[in-house]
Amino acid sequence: MSSRHIDMVASDFSVLSHLDALESESVHILREVAGEFERPVILFSGGKDSIVMLHLALKAFAPAAVPFSLLHVDTGHNFPEVIEYRDRVVAEHGLRLHVASVQEFIDNGRLRERPDGTRNPLQTVPLLDAIESNRFDAVFGGGRRDEEKARAKERVFSLRDGFGAWDPRRQRPELWQLYNGRHAPGEHVRVFPLSNWTELDVWQYIEREEIELPEIYYAHKRLVFRRSGMWLTAGDWGGPADDETVEFRLIRYRTVGDMSCTGAVDSDATTIEKVIAEIAASRLTERGATRADDKLSEAAMEDRKREGYF
Amino acid sequence: MSSNSTTAEELAGLSATTLLRFATAGSVDDGKSTLVGRLLHDSKSVLADQMEALEHASRSRGAGGPDLALLTDGLRAEREQGITIDVAYRYFATPRRRFILADTPGHVQYTRNMVTGASTAELTIILVDARNGVVEQTRRHAAIAALLRVPHVVLAVNKMDLVDYREPVFASIAEEFTAYATELGVPEVTAIPISALAGDNVVEPSARMDWYGGPTVLEHLESAESGDRAASHSSRFPVQMVIRHDGERYYAGQLLTGRLRVGDSVTVQPSGRVTTITSLDVLGQPADVVSAGSSLSVRLSDEIDIGRGDMLTSGPRPPRITKEIEATVCHVADTPLTVGQRVLLKHTTRTVKAIVEDIPSRLTLDDLSQHPQPGRLVANDIGRVRIRTAEPLALDSYADSRRTGSFLLIDPVDGTTLVAGMAGDSFAAVAVASDADADGWDF
Repeated sequence: MSSRHIDMVASDFSVLSHLDALESESVHILREVAGEFERPVILFSGGKDSIVMLHLALKAFAPAAVPFSLLHVDTGHNFPEVIEYRDRVVAEHGLRLHVASVQEFIDNGRLRERPDGTRNPLQTVPLLDAIESNRFDAVFGGGRRDEEKARAKERVFSLRDGFGAWDPRRQRPELWQLYNGRHAPGEHVRVFPLSNWTELDVWQYIEREEIELPEIYYAHKRLVFRRSGMWLTAGDWGGPADDETVEFRLIRYRTVGDMSCTGAVDSDATTIEKVIAEIAASRLTERGATRADDKLSEAAMEDRKREGYF
Repeated sequence: MSSNSTTAEELAGLSATTLLRFATAGSVDDGKSTLVGRLLHDSKSVLADQMEALEHASRSRGAGGPDLALLTDGLRAEREQGITIDVAYRYFATPRRRFILADTPGHVQYTRNMVTGASTAELTIILVDARNGVVEQTRRHAAIAALLRVPHVVLAVNKMDLVDYREPVFASIAEEFTAYATELGVPEVTAIPISALAGDNVVEPSARMDWYGGPTVLEHLESAESGDRAASHSSRFPVQMVIRHDGERYYAGQLLTGRLRVGDSVTVQPSGRVTTITSLDVLGQPADVVSAGSSLSVRLSDEIDIGRGDMLTSGPRPPRITKEIEATVCHVADTPLTVGQRVLLKHTTRTVKAIVEDIPSRLTLDDLSQHPQPGRLVANDIGRVRIRTAEPLALDSYADSRRTGSFLLIDPVDGTTLVAGMAGDSFAAVAVASDADADGWDF
């Protein structure tokens, strides 16, 4: 691992580089949770943000093991490369993985498939069920405030009620770096250690720390079809429809989520350097380019958060 | 200007820039949202899909062009009511720096939001309307910046286009504000004449105010010194947790002020035991010396009982070890704080039981008048309190260290954060008494 830690800018005063400052803040948050909660869990999707979060946890508690288990909310529409990556990382670091399966909830009738086939909104129920049955009191999410308007207003420590719901008007003011994690039995706290990171920060950190990612983040040739202005991967989940045609294109994924609503972007960025250059030059936000579920309405994320979503 | 010719290569290549956290204060009428929208837009931080959504929203509201103020409206609840109800964080970058903006509304009932935004800010921008000059709200914003000890204050005199870009208008507002802020102890005020709507002196220098030779808002943001240079040089390392591995103990935490060196003698607070640092590890990298801001782990020469809530300190100014605290607080909850109330006090990594012994006074921020013995504080009140804790704390005055002089009072029943506290005297200035009641001003 290469890292440059302290950039001396004055003889008696030093300022951390922005990546070191963000890393230090996130590690501080992870350790606060380890110090104050009984049963924390890291939401781990195999996406780059959760991978960075896990990397930070490995550094925060070294040389000891990460004192949290992982929870994957599995929509059943997974990229095989991501599941393979997930299982490899879990084995490599001797972690414990819980899987909350949307498919199981559909199979036993507790959830119904949506007409559009999208399963992202269906993740909330299995997530809350896993939190309740495992009595998790702190749930780490990889959400960043630069992603979306509702996230821009959420706290680092976000208190959720017994239904997992977020009430923007009832948030606790968060002052200095004093996080208040007190909660009643049945309530839990969502914790977002990457709140202050941007997409570019995440990629620059991945480069600096030489963090391995699932290969779908880099440009590759894939069978895709066009829907709602995005390239979707053909698969068992329901695409393409009769009037949609499949093409073999050079693409990469900028975010990783449910296959049915995560779009790929045209890209020849096969290396991390090229990805960073591409993101810096991009004229579209990450969610705008790749997430069909956020296009549902102007307040889609706000509504889902209020129902207990990530 | 450099920031306007930002290329992807420049932005991507500069991974070792610094971070500046700043806050804005001002009401919708002062054009704060327009200023923030202008900063984001002119620094090319608004991307195509956001611009498209903005134009769509502006059209549906009957606006002619894109309304930059809509960029910072977040939640549907706010859009429906046309208000900003909370602190929103924005992110943008230039080739010189990364910025985290705490965007806070300026209405009177949202003192707590401004206090929240200012608590982590290294710089705050206070907006005034050039037509109205320094008003009650401006004085309140200045008082909050002074109270929270934000190192840099920028006065943005907005709507210069509506006063024909006349220098005397700007000069008299700048002079009045600077005098007031200096009296409160604000260490540095930079006044900038702008028009957020027309873009004058926000990112680009104005061609219509050639009498102004200072920086634009963005230039100033790019060059303001980051970090809290006023912070004590003494070292403060609150222990967050003990990491045990192979029979070794590693004390994990973030160094809040000062430096730690291998071989340094440190005091374990509050017990007062003295020991020596045998190794420092900055997230996998061994180090001989570590500066403030870093998260690290420390090993010590002696096997002492140290846990979460203890603090390692060194340097010429030791913290006060005390169970009696006098402080200024900002009340941030919907339920009041009363004399005699039992609370929890959270200071760095230590949470202890405490009791509110007295509330000697409440302060009106508009005119700095104080009201003795209010009996209780309610939402958005600023007041003095005296607190007794069950266990001793290693406390600095907030003036010496924002991180180790600050605390929260928490309702032990439902966990609500009741007040944000700042230990010691509140304003750095000495001369405020002249503005206050004759019976004595102790802020």
